Amino acid sequence: MGLTTSDGAGVSCRNVRKRFGSGEATVEALRGVDFETRFGELSFLVGPSGCGKTTLISIIAGLLDRSGGELSVLGTNVDELSQRERVLFRRENLGFIFQQFNLLPALTAAENVAVPLIASGTARRRAVDRAADLLSQLGLANRLNALPATLSGGQQQRVAIARALIHEPRLVVCDEPTAALDHASGEAVMELLSANAVRPGRTVIVVTHDSRVFHYAHSIAHMDDGRIVKVTRPTRTREQNESTDRTSVLQESYA
Amino acid sequence: MNFVALRMLTGDRAKYFGLVFAIAFCTFLLENQTTIFANIMKRTASQILDVTDAEVWVMDPQTEYWEQTKALKDTDLTRVRGVPGVRWAVRLFKGSPVARTVDGKFAVSFLIGLDDATLAGAPRKMILGSWDRLREPDSVIVDKAGYVLLFPDEPLTLGRTLEMNDHRVTIVGISDAAAPFASLPVMHTRYSEAINFLGRERTQLSFIIARPEAGVSPSALTARIREHTGLRARTTQEFMWDCIRYYLQHTGIPVNFGITIVVALVVGAVVAGQTFYLFTIENLKQFGALKAIGITNVRLIGMILLQAFTAGALGFSLGTGMAATFFEIFLHKLATRGIVLMWQCVALTGACIFFVVIVASVLSIRRVLVLEPAAVFRG
Repeated sequence: MGLTTSDGAGVSCRNVRKRFGSGEATVEALRGVDFETRFGELSFLVGPSGCGKTTLISIIAGLLDRSGGELSVLGTNVDELSQRERVLFRRENLGFIFQQFNLLPALTAAENVAVPLIASGTARRRAVDRAADLLSQLGLANRLNALPATLSGGQQQRVAIARALIHEPRLVVCDEPTAALDHASGEAVMELLSANAVRPGRTVIVVTHDSRVFHYAHSIAHMDDGRIVKVTRPTRTREQNESTDRTSVLQESYA
Repeated sequence: MNFVALRMLTGDRAKYFGLVFAIAFCTFLLENQTTIFANIMKRTASQILDVTDAEVWVMDPQTEYWEQTKALKDTDLTRVRGVPGVRWAVRLFKGSPVARTVDGKFAVSFLIGLDDATLAGAPRKMILGSWDRLREPDSVIVDKAGYVLLFPDEPLTLGRTLEMNDHRVTIVGISDAAAPFASLPVMHTRYSEAINFLGRERTQLSFIIARPEAGVSPSALTARIREHTGLRARTTQEFMWDCIRYYLQHTGIPVNFGITIVVALVVGAVVAGQTFYLFTIENLKQFGALKAIGITNVRLIGMILLQAFTAGALGFSLGTGMAATFFEIFLHKLATRGIVLMWQCVALTGACIFFVVIVASVLSIRRVLVLEPAAVFRG
């Protein structure tokens, strides 16, 4: 049975399950997740380590097969796609931002950003020019030809954001984008992400532990033990977040 | 994505140079050992190949190779000349007398006795003097290496004398004969002189060398000679391979070199293959990120193969250059003269390197294909 996406939903998960291993060694990472994101919104997925956040976004991004449940991504039932179609779907419609940036160390900042365009068949020179324009908008005009190793963590994450957005994907998946950064850099990255990634017709999912950036979210789905336990719409301001220590915010969230 | 693959390959200079030099080292080792082996084997037939006048060699059916001959009867020469298709046939003597200098230095030598009338089989590459002077009485031509062995640290001059079986002989020429398998002086003289220098036996005829008439191939002539005389007749190439095969079958040389070549192959293959495999494994995270971004498996396989063949081609070229330089340096040494990098060894090594690169690529590709792109989320 096909899954009908509710109006305005970018991603819709119904009773999604994921098991790893078999027999006595089976680990149930997702135990029936219902999760939905809307176009034009920044949706946060939060929860303690091992609760299944990364597994859920891996399934949503088509990087991992689920064991059960239904999934619609951008109105497409991914079950109906072949393996190759899934890869092409991912290439055209998804952008990724990783905790460890995962930039190619041998390529310059502009070339790294250009990779998704080149993979789609855009000529290298044209792709790099477009990447340079985008990096300039993100404040890296003077570091276009720098190798990742010569960039600060914040700059590397900005390059990663540019790479995720260069081909104008409709779904952006971010895994702990601020985890490897100090507070100021994390804030800057979230500002950029919020300003550049959130668009009508695009949905952004951010997995994070960083309570100091919760105020950027339009909705926060709280996960625990393989389930979504609560979805909230944040009311806290940046100042409130910054004046409260991280543990207490998390405890408040999980309560 | 080709530029991404090449930049990934060359991005880390230490890894890149390590990979290229591992393949270059493997190439050098293989080409070096196979070439030395092939050239040493070829040396077993040096004196056969030096006789450029003849295309057919006739010998006693019991004679298997150059070093050990059973003498023919003098009448065999007439019988061979009577075979249809023989343009000419002359006798050739091979013996191993001891040559002594006046200072008392001595060496066992290869003495080749040439037909008195035609001097067929005389050394055509002369360093000093002329082979035509063999017509003078008690004259010999000695090869350069033999001269240096008998007269170390002395300049090449003609007119020096040697003593052979109580005969005084004069050096009338110095040839550039190909190095024999054993490091012995190679001397040429007339047939009638040679049997004097060796001491007369009832039969002295080692070989008959012949050339076919126009329109008759050497192999056809050898068949006719066998049919008409019952003697063993071989073309120059066949006789060369007879000698090589004899040494391969009856000496420990191929085992010794074979072990070295196998060790070179295994060490080179393991070093080059493992270096490339590790190179790909260390880049797994990058490949995972590319997979997540939406690069297809086919494209990733193309990238890995491009990296492998680029590194392989560079390493192979570099290694071949090193091997060529090595042999160019040693080509001019007396002991290693004539040992050149053979194209067959280069081709064989190229095939081995290609195989190693393919195996390493397949193993690497397997790891990349089974890689879950979701792994990139795990940090």
